[in-house]
Amino acid sequence: MNFWRAIMLAALAATAPALLAGEIPPDARRSGYSFMGPDTRAMQDDDTSNPGMLFVLDGEALWTKKAGSADKACADCHGDARNSMKGVAARYPAFDKTLARPVTLDQRINLCRANHQQAAPLPYESRDILALSAFVAHQSRGVAITAGDDPQAKPFVEQGRNLFMQREGQLNLACTNCHDDNFEKRLAGSPITQAQPTGYPLYRLEWQTLGSLERRLRSCMTGVRAQAYDYGTPELVALELYLKARARGMPMETPAVRP
Amino acid sequence: MAALINVPAKAKRGDIIEIRTLTSHIMETGFRRTMDGALVPRDIITSFTCRYNGAEIFRADLFPAIAANPYLSFFTVAKESGKFEFEWIGDNGYSSTASASITVE
Repeated sequence: MNFWRAIMLAALAATAPALLAGEIPPDARRSGYSFMGPDTRAMQDDDTSNPGMLFVLDGEALWTKKAGSADKACADCHGDARNSMKGVAARYPAFDKTLARPVTLDQRINLCRANHQQAAPLPYESRDILALSAFVAHQSRGVAITAGDDPQAKPFVEQGRNLFMQREGQLNLACTNCHDDNFEKRLAGSPITQAQPTGYPLYRLEWQTLGSLERRLRSCMTGVRAQAYDYGTPELVALELYLKARARGMPMETPAVRP
Repeated sequence: MAALINVPAKAKRGDIIEIRTLTSHIMETGFRRTMDGALVPRDIITSFTCRYNGAEIFRADLFPAIAANPYLSFFTVAKESGKFEFEWIGDNGYSSTASASITVE
């Protein structure tokens, strides 16, 4: 009896590290920036050639523009974003106590619009929501990511991790199959990155516009021929939360530029 | 629309300086169609000009193949202190301007 138990334990001990082998050790984590060519890096580094900065400028204008029937601007409550918003995006998606679930930065902006400005929500991926979230996240540039630190968010990080590890779609691939196991290799000529979401919302040259992490996740899902989750669904938010928690400690780059 | 301009704040007389401009525009080609087959009308910037103290020093025509948020960079000789004025003109009466000043020593 004890003999078999010992064998079982030994077998478990031997397979447990193998199950975790896919995960990238903290000091081997790399931003998507390090996978890019020198031209695209230069474009991101220079604020006058980074097209994402056009959205940050738009967001700055929206920050002080009054909206909704409350006739209040973001600045009326939050003041100067350079102080009040510094480091905020680094901890999003964050746990919302009233809703008892994590919300993304875009959802937080729309919650603010609904509760404090009495304004209509901005549609996902619309220019205004991207501009506002880029402006807010830009205030955290260089700040270390802290998302997922909240103990209440832990079950959702775990849910996101499970989704990341779960195979899906006609190609039957999980996120981890590419982004943990095969980064630095190429997929149709493009480098496979580690999927560290340090620069969202970011300007993708392929999109010719700024886009959210959810847009990026949805196009990956379409890529493996899976049915993509809708914008704002709990699954997509959990995945986003897991990815941000996975990049914990890495500096924010918003607005990043990616090919 | 928002524009980002990079002109050196100071230069020596006779220096060759680089001017970089980036402006916000969707640059819709006019060749794409919507899900139900309707043609999306063309909406692009067609012309860009730069004036240095009133005199035109650079002009470019833009076409549908140019990406959204066009970025243009060019060179000129710093002759005197003053102002660079930039103008983008496009479809549907689009017009946008920006300016930047330089001190030449």
